[in-house]
Amino acid sequence: MSFEVALPILIPLLTGALCVMFWRYNAIQRALSLAGSIALLGTSIWLMVSVYNQGHVVMHMGNWEAPFGITLVADMLSAIMVVLTGMMAVAIAIFSLSSASPSHERFGYYPLMQLLLAGVAGSFLTGDIFNLYVWFEVMLVASFALLILGGERAQMEGAVKYVTLNLLSSAIFLSAIGLLYGLVGTLNMADIAVKLGQAENPGLVDVIAVMFLIAFGIKAAAFPLFFWLPASYHTGPVAVSALFAGLLTKVGVYALFRVFTLIFNQNVDFTHEILLWMAGLTMLTGVLGAAAQFEFRRILSFHIVSQIGYMILGLALFTPLALIGGVFYIMHHIIVKTNLFLISGITHRLLGTYDLKKLGGIYKSKPFLSVLFLIPALSLAGIPPLSGFFAKFIIIRAGIEANAYVITGIALLVGLLTLYSMIKIWAEVFWKKLPKGIDDTALTEGRTSASTVVLYIPVVLLAICTLFIGLNGQPIYEFAEYSAAQLLNPAGYIEAVLGGSQ
Amino acid sequence: MEPIMAIAVGLMYAAAIYMMLRRSIVKLVIGLMLLSNAANLLIFTSAGMTRGAPPLIPEGAIVPDGIVADPLPQALILTAIVIAFGVLAFAVVLIHRAYNILRTDNLDQMKDTDT
Repeated sequence: MSFEVALPILIPLLTGALCVMFWRYNAIQRALSLAGSIALLGTSIWLMVSVYNQGHVVMHMGNWEAPFGITLVADMLSAIMVVLTGMMAVAIAIFSLSSASPSHERFGYYPLMQLLLAGVAGSFLTGDIFNLYVWFEVMLVASFALLILGGERAQMEGAVKYVTLNLLSSAIFLSAIGLLYGLVGTLNMADIAVKLGQAENPGLVDVIAVMFLIAFGIKAAAFPLFFWLPASYHTGPVAVSALFAGLLTKVGVYALFRVFTLIFNQNVDFTHEILLWMAGLTMLTGVLGAAAQFEFRRILSFHIVSQIGYMILGLALFTPLALIGGVFYIMHHIIVKTNLFLISGITHRLLGTYDLKKLGGIYKSKPFLSVLFLIPALSLAGIPPLSGFFAKFIIIRAGIEANAYVITGIALLVGLLTLYSMIKIWAEVFWKKLPKGIDDTALTEGRTSASTVVLYIPVVLLAICTLFIGLNGQPIYEFAEYSAAQLLNPAGYIEAVLGGSQ
Repeated sequence: MEPIMAIAVGLMYAAAIYMMLRRSIVKLVIGLMLLSNAANLLIFTSAGMTRGAPPLIPEGAIVPDGIVADPLPQALILTAIVIAFGVLAFAVVLIHRAYNILRTDNLDQMKDTDT
């Protein structure tokens, strides 16, 4: 038995359950949550090692053979995503030690966080399409509750939009599963892939493919279905929005990668052409939306949308190099984006606002924080030698090799506009003088308090990861290459799941 | 039976979308409820409606004899109903809280976080 596939789901569930048992003891919950996150990271690395050695790690739940039982499958893409989940879990757990307010902790902040992680890990590891829906819902319910912790005005408005659009997406996803089951009579993704190849009604297959595209497109915040994201992500507690920014939309992107390489690969001219246009417009509208904003976290939220476009572009071009680029981009983006949100949380701690007009003067009193901001910000814009440069370089090179010049041009232009947004934040928050009438006691006091130092730890760790990917990209590239090779060869996945019965 | 069900499911989707386009937040949630039920019925219909015996395999046999009903869609719907119930319970509490804090049930007035 390969227990390492199930552990990344079981550990957060167990940690969450233990946190509920210590409902009144916040200190114990904090320690448990940190310990659980570190354990999650540890097992995810274990999983990655065994995937690297074996190719696919498969576990049949309750020993029911595929395609009858529910199967957990980890290929390289799943393993990479789970490792990133573990890294973000640790970063957020450390950040929460200082940032979570007692009123949030009282309403189940830590159990919900762990439930969310279980949902995310489950979505990455399941090999069953209906089970994927269930994990999506687990993740959604936890995220709904986390988003409204605190119950402020803006949170309520943001949550109404977030809940509505995500429920709509779930309903479309469920309808698509129903139609797919009617067509092939199975739910196991590997088995669907086999049976769909022999389906006699290619028109209906395309319809189902587009329904999946819409459902996951909403989750991934792709054009034209992204409006819920910039309306809600900036309203929650900062550690929560950092976790959402890093992981939640990427679950949608992962589902797109999985479904459109494994299952819907018969009519690539049709489905991936739609994906291509979606990617281009997502990049462009996201970055233009960001240019118009003047609120720290809203700018970052729009940039999530824009960066999702690059990942989908990697999938849409559907060449080996483009898929490598897409996977590399996901790895780079999760680390960088979470880090930027955490930094916005530190500036909020210092000056009490996210409004760019009321921020300023941080470079003068906190030069170290400013450098910490520049690393992920320039990486996001794609400045060498940081991680974002290589991610963009691979995708753009794949675009040129595939003769997709228009979309490559858009990708380059969007990179430039991203740099504009990052420079705007730099100039307004860090460089310009602090506007008059703003209370700057927290900013100018010489000694940094212990609770603020805790906030710096995850930021420094994630910045080191960004530098590491940038300066030593080769091993990361090899992981991405490995996963892209597996994605382009669905036969390997199918054989690993269905085994000798094929 | 299938054509009648297909029309009924289509009507439910249409009603759900109509309700979701209204301004009132309560009608929005009713629309979401209809939508999840429409999806459930769609699974039920598209998986094939066979008049058959319960899917029990006689002792000693490997496959059931005669026509049996497919139990899987019903298991799926049961799971989906439970999930939808939980999520919609949350949605109802959310709109109650939202109304208490925002003092409005008009979706057109909930635009502060958009700009």
